Amino acid sequence: MRKSFGHVEVLKGIDLTVAPREVMCIVGPSGSGKSTFLRCINHLERVDAGRLSVNGHLVGYREKGGRLHELRDSEVAAQRREIGMVFQRFNLFPHMTALENVVEAPIQVKGVGKAEARERGAALLERVGLADRMHNYPNQLSGGQQQRVAIARALAMEPMLMLFDEPTSALDPELVGEVLDVMRGLAADGMTMVVVTHEMGFAREVGDTLVFMDDGAVVEAGDPRQVLTDPQHERTRAFLSKVL
Amino acid sequence: MSPDSSTTPAPPEQIRAVPVRHPGRWIAAAVIAVLAAMFVHMLVTNPVFQWDFMVDNMFSDAVLRGARTTLIMTVLAMVIGVLLGILLAVMRLSANPIVSGAAWVYIWFFRAIPRIVLLFFVANLGALYARYEFGFPFDQQLMDLFGFEADWRLFGFDGNEIFVGFTAGLIGLALSEGAYMAEIVRAGIQSVDPGQAEAAHALGMSRGKTMRRIVLPQAMRVIIPPTGNETIAMLKDTALLIAVPVTTELNFQLRAIGSRTFQVIPMAVASILWYLALASLLMVGQYFLERRFSRGFGNRETRQQRAARRARDVGSTH
Repeated sequence: MRKSFGHVEVLKGIDLTVAPREVMCIVGPSGSGKSTFLRCINHLERVDAGRLSVNGHLVGYREKGGRLHELRDSEVAAQRREIGMVFQRFNLFPHMTALENVVEAPIQVKGVGKAEARERGAALLERVGLADRMHNYPNQLSGGQQQRVAIARALAMEPMLMLFDEPTSALDPELVGEVLDVMRGLAADGMTMVVVTHEMGFAREVGDTLVFMDDGAVVEAGDPRQVLTDPQHERTRAFLSKVL
Repeated sequence: MSPDSSTTPAPPEQIRAVPVRHPGRWIAAAVIAVLAAMFVHMLVTNPVFQWDFMVDNMFSDAVLRGARTTLIMTVLAMVIGVLLGILLAVMRLSANPIVSGAAWVYIWFFRAIPRIVLLFFVANLGALYARYEFGFPFDQQLMDLFGFEADWRLFGFDGNEIFVGFTAGLIGLALSEGAYMAEIVRAGIQSVDPGQAEAAHALGMSRGKTMRRIVLPQAMRVIIPPTGNETIAMLKDTALLIAVPVTTELNFQLRAIGSRTFQVIPMAVASILWYLALASLLMVGQYFLERRFSRGFGNRETRQQRAARRARDVGSTH
């Protein structure tokens, strides 16, 4: 698939496949298009060329009579329900408590009953270790706690794919671990995940595939241990020598 | 401080320094006290104020009815104005250039027209058309075209019945307010981090739900303070209803007493005090609204948090 902003082509042909239960980590220098690629997966950015499909369904388009038709807003929204996303800057809803953040989409989008949603929301917050912070507003939580609420919020929609856009980049170093622990648990439970990250340790330990991107293209992809210890391309080697 | 360490040195002595003196404050206080005393002296000694007469007349039935009209008009015009403003702001931010352009034209027109001019115009719409009817556009022309002698109207009213008095005033003020509120609401919506809408979309929320549940509640924090200004401005602008004319309004009633009894100053002062009191009342409302929509932004404890903390405190004492 390809993607351009105006005349600038930011994704110059990405060809990747993520299997169910697979954890794919994408690394690369800033401006390499990793985040843009991630945002294309749930149609926060539109794909300009090629095909991108999730669970066999084309993202953002419908193919009919040999032509692509853009999906309506409601159809795009329906597609996004299947895909959870966690942002670098958390993007929690600041006017709602942690629990209200988590139950908002199930109640408003899926039509789950309030009592049921609250029960499930509380269980999710417990799973990310925040049972005692349920009624706090985001500004009363640390960055690591906010990001864990954001993960619980995405999980509340019971997605089959989770996207992480540099989930630990805005955190103090000592708070990174608690977020990675939650993600590790998710991977262990068999969640399909695409993670844009700078945490090479996490990629090596948890990732099934490591993708190195540079300048809008995939330079190298493969087993994380392989890529990290024995990179095949000069560009990968130069990048890794700086970050490891 | 660890209690078991006998080797730690004694804590440093508490500082008792001479505070900096502020002679400027004392001089300013003295000057202002003298000016205030002069002002009070004038209020008490000048017989033109006629305080007894003012108090006797500023709570007459007609004045109280006028205050009620003024308050009701303020609240109704603001409610319609705010709803209109939200609609226009959303239209203005629409990706559809026709819708956005229409909102721009509305705001352009109604912000440019002085309220007193608008009120006078609305009050005379009965002279433009005697009867206003709503139905299928160009129905009579179309029927003529096909050779029928009929029309298709749903409802209608007489211009001279609707565009008078209170209703005319309300229409004029609300239409004008909608234009100002549209700009305030637009600023509020644009002040919300775009990441919020993105997060809502990523959860599968529709555009409408994202606006109602996520963006607008956060925009309210920015919208409320200038809306408070608008409400107080609206309270004062009800005095313009004389252009309609609406004579049951507060200022007209007070002035009427003043002109009838030739006691102009006492009734003008009464007017000042009335508007001061009503504006203060509205400010109390604004305070509570601001508190409601600042949830999650201050350090205020929520009810659940207070309950949880108390439960913890009780638990730890046992």
